[in-house]
Amino acid sequence: MKTPVNCPPWKIFFQGDRTLLLTLDGPVSVEGGRLCALAANALRAAGLPGATDVVPAFNSVAMHFQPRLFGPSTSFKNLAGEVVQILEQLATGTDAPTGRSVDIPVCYGGEHGPDLQDVARACGLSEAEVIRLHTDQPAYVFMLGFAPGAPYMGMLDHALDIARRTTPRTAVPAGSVAIANRQTIIYPHTSPGGWHIIGATPATLFFPEREPPTLLAPGDTVRFVPVDADEFKALSSS
Amino acid sequence: MSITVIKPGLLSSFQDLGRHGHQHLGVPVGGAMDVRAHRLANLLAGNDEDQASLEITLKGPQLRFDAASCIAISGADLAPALNQQPIPNNRPVIVQAGDVLTFGTRRRGLRAYLAVHGGFCLPCVLGSRSTYMRGTLGGLQGRSLRANDRLALNQALDSTQAPALSEALWKIKVYLPALLGNTHRRDVRIIAGPHADRFTPESWQQLLSADWRVAAQSERMGYRLDGPVLNLADTRQLLSEGTSFGTIQVPADGQPIILMADRQTTGGYARIAHVATVDLPVIAQTMPGEHLRFRDISLGEAQQLDHEREAAFERLFRGVADIRTLLGDAARDVVPRSELP
Repeated sequence: MKTPVNCPPWKIFFQGDRTLLLTLDGPVSVEGGRLCALAANALRAAGLPGATDVVPAFNSVAMHFQPRLFGPSTSFKNLAGEVVQILEQLATGTDAPTGRSVDIPVCYGGEHGPDLQDVARACGLSEAEVIRLHTDQPAYVFMLGFAPGAPYMGMLDHALDIARRTTPRTAVPAGSVAIANRQTIIYPHTSPGGWHIIGATPATLFFPEREPPTLLAPGDTVRFVPVDADEFKALSSS
Repeated sequence: MSITVIKPGLLSSFQDLGRHGHQHLGVPVGGAMDVRAHRLANLLAGNDEDQASLEITLKGPQLRFDAASCIAISGADLAPALNQQPIPNNRPVIVQAGDVLTFGTRRRGLRAYLAVHGGFCLPCVLGSRSTYMRGTLGGLQGRSLRANDRLALNQALDSTQAPALSEALWKIKVYLPALLGNTHRRDVRIIAGPHADRFTPESWQQLLSADWRVAAQSERMGYRLDGPVLNLADTRQLLSEGTSFGTIQVPADGQPIILMADRQTTGGYARIAHVATVDLPVIAQTMPGEHLRFRDISLGEAQQLDHEREAAFERLFRGVADIRTLLGDAARDVVPRSELP
């Protein structure tokens, strides 16, 4: 789809024949992320017939839908028109909260954060300063992806701007809290990964038997709360 | 009332229309790779389309029924046989207690779908009975079949009625719309993606002219293709965005990957094109080692084709009303409906 529909600040494309993609220009920012979460919440709440999933990311929202056999058509023109109407109403009231505020306990360094020392050295900081910068400012949840419940959060302080590890690990333990490119993530289960692990959380991120099934959702704000190894152990077993 | 797994086959897992509505929480959709064949099998077994079916890959299982039931198999022709007598795909077939269903050597396609009337009795996890094996989620304990598994059924047929039922079913003419049958087209129809113009013009031409070999590592998450290297003209880093069933993404090595049922919900590689929904079953029925070619069509054409197939399903649903009535009258719930998971 080469010619998008313009609805400033959004551009609306088709991605294949069953997905509408709304994109923002510019670099990653919490403001852009908030706008995506607000748009996604509004589109989901609108309950457009046939729409199955609305997926916000850093500066985009994907809306997946099924063809409608009866009633309004799912042609690009028609669907984009319905989306534009919802986005236009959104333009006012963008101060609205996009999600909840969630505290996540993290045990930094040591066996739980094997890369804390390296990160401190690479950023010219002490380990305590790295922890302070990671906990001082709440982190915004841009999107969940990679695995069920896995959050991408940011933006971290400029002092913590560090590229990904040159060699990814083949197995990062579940619960690992890691940083790269001023963002921070939590690995919900053991998986390969190339981010710097500075700590670990005993919190569970995905509960398939619950609804909603995840601790976090796009638009939430996370405050990392430092805990020591004993507290980590106690929280893990509770 | 159940089916006993004598041999599990190469890879047999329960799938349905997918786990929709949780992608923003990172939960993949999953579901049948060939959704068309899954729906077909269900409709021909007198079910609604959302019952789970067994997705059977390449080498089928051996299954013993301990109650009378009605089954239908669609998708790949894996030479199914009941008590060693060949049975056709795309027909409702009555089975009796003690009957053994086997599969032989693949004739065509890769994935067959087995539906039973009334459905398999499986817990619904986040709105779906499909198996997400990477996440050990849904279906039968989140995994594929193993020998000695017992697969519980929601309903069974009265065995004394089975012969008469079989005869009555055989008399019902099922008109299968051509749009719903297996297509063995060599050129898969695609639509240009939002990042198509980030690639060099030569790369776009190569995408359309090359004979792409399906690589060995192709599975439910994605199909990897071997062929000419596709190059980006614009190498600026992309941000992760929502992905779609059929997205053709190109990682740094220039070899395209078609995202399939178990795809991650978001991805950050350049998306050169998207497979038209109507041709996704062609990919799902293609084996590693076989070849694919692409042909680009407009979004309008793709949506028209998608819509025509949906309309054909609507016609088939009405066309098999007699099968539903016949089986509905003869079937009894094994578990009271109120206790279904």
